[in-house]
Amino acid sequence: MAESILEVQGLRKRFGALTVTDDVSFAVAPGGIHAVIGPNGAGKTTLIHQLSGTLRPDAGSIRFAGQEVTGMGLARRARLGLARSFQITCVLPGFSVLENAALAVQARSGSSFRFLRAAADERALNEEAMAALDAVGLGARAAALAGALSHGEKRQLELAIALAMQPRLLLLDEPLAGAGPEETERLIGILRGLKRSYTILLVEHDMQAVFALAHRISVLVYGKVIATDTPDAIRADPAVRAAYLGEDEVA
Amino acid sequence: MRAALLVLAALAAAPFLGFGEGYVLTLLARAMILAMAAVSLWLLVGGAGLISLGHAAMLGIGAYAVVVLDDARITEAAVVVPVAMMAAGLFALATGAVAIRTSGVHFIMITLAFGQMAFFTTASLAAYGGDDGYTLYGRTTVLGHRWLEDRLVFHYLCLGLLALSLLGGRVLLDSRFGRVLRAAAENPVRVQAVGFSPYPYRLLAYGIAGAVAGLAGVLLANAAEFVAPSYLAWQRSGDLLFMVILGGLGSLQGAVLGALAFVLLEEWLGHLTQHWRLIFGPLLVLSVLFLRGGLVGLLRRG
Repeated sequence: MAESILEVQGLRKRFGALTVTDDVSFAVAPGGIHAVIGPNGAGKTTLIHQLSGTLRPDAGSIRFAGQEVTGMGLARRARLGLARSFQITCVLPGFSVLENAALAVQARSGSSFRFLRAAADERALNEEAMAALDAVGLGARAAALAGALSHGEKRQLELAIALAMQPRLLLLDEPLAGAGPEETERLIGILRGLKRSYTILLVEHDMQAVFALAHRISVLVYGKVIATDTPDAIRADPAVRAAYLGEDEVA
Repeated sequence: MRAALLVLAALAAAPFLGFGEGYVLTLLARAMILAMAAVSLWLLVGGAGLISLGHAAMLGIGAYAVVVLDDARITEAAVVVPVAMMAAGLFALATGAVAIRTSGVHFIMITLAFGQMAFFTTASLAAYGGDDGYTLYGRTTVLGHRWLEDRLVFHYLCLGLLALSLLGGRVLLDSRFGRVLRAAAENPVRVQAVGFSPYPYRLLAYGIAGAVAGLAGVLLANAAEFVAPSYLAWQRSGDLLFMVILGGLGSLQGAVLGALAFVLLEEWLGHLTQHWRLIFGPLLVLSVLFLRGGLVGLLRRG
């Protein structure tokens, strides 16, 4: 197996008496989609906050691309190539769709302590931003205000912003959350396309989507990773079925 | 920017339209100078989302730089202007370094506290008149010439610097730097998630706004040929903040419209009655309630 892009070792997080992340260890290999699933309250959101740098773990370590990042914040990890999307849509509503993506391009191409030239006129930034929008099928909406997009389009924009960062790892926090059936279809199609060129850690509630997309799945229950394996093995794992899928359900 | 251009054109024409008397020009100069300070404050409030209630301190420090140099018989603009802008800019950087670590109400209170510190400091400067203020020996000179004594020259100097600060502000907001600043004001988490730490951008913006306000302070000192601690009082900071909000946060030119409307309205009401504050106060309240988006918003709808 190739060297892992993300390595989590003995991660712990407590809120008072409640242990939300309990000695979590797993590794994400480059390429494809590694999914993290778990029932409500399993600690998925807390985990993703620790991975992206918005929450400090009490113990344990996170290595990203061979570098210790446990003490780094969101912005520094982003500069290293760890892009995350948000469960609750997090875009700049007063900016155009193109500018939302262009800001992400700007973050990785040269200094932003430049004061004279209009950023909106920088061709290189706009072209790369446009490419990211096209990759998620949002190119036609480039000039619209991000605040005026539909919910599904905002989810697409979240993805486009993450892609515009040219990340080494995409951390997607429930990208299908709140999307209708048609939008879900479209987003799954986009993710299927992306997994060919990106390494993705997908935290998702939608079982069907996860089993259709992921080549590896970690199951989180009460803050513990109880299994990490291929989708078929996960489906067959009795512990997983007992804890999560339900005794009688054959997914 | 069209409304601001019209206003600037009107100000340029004013001396030839029967407003050439000393009294009106003094009033217009004061309005333009405060408009410049309001533009610098708009960069913080409307651009960076930093609501400062201590901006008069920057203005006052610029004015007191003129005083200190005047007392040392240094009036040359080539010295006075850089010293005043650096003094105000450095004060902004030093206090901003602390204040920008906070946000929301805390930021407002900390900027207010630093502003009051500067106010009380100037009030205790006995060598420069303390509470009573300081009367300048003369206006700032340019290469030894006393051009600024001429009313028209001073009028166009204020106008030119106001136009320049407006243009500079526009360019700054459109630049890469300004884009990060505006984005961080809208959604700081989004900005961090693509790899920017907002802090250095905000701090530098705070320093730049301070330096521009310092330049306005130099003009203010020259306009009155007198400087007093009241220039730094929190009421003045409140006035500036009000000009910005009255003008509207939708566009930088709002600062100019707001400042002119504020100063002229204050002056006009002052002529009508000595109880003008009783009218002015409620008018301000009504404008906030009904002018959503400020004067700029009104023009857009109209």
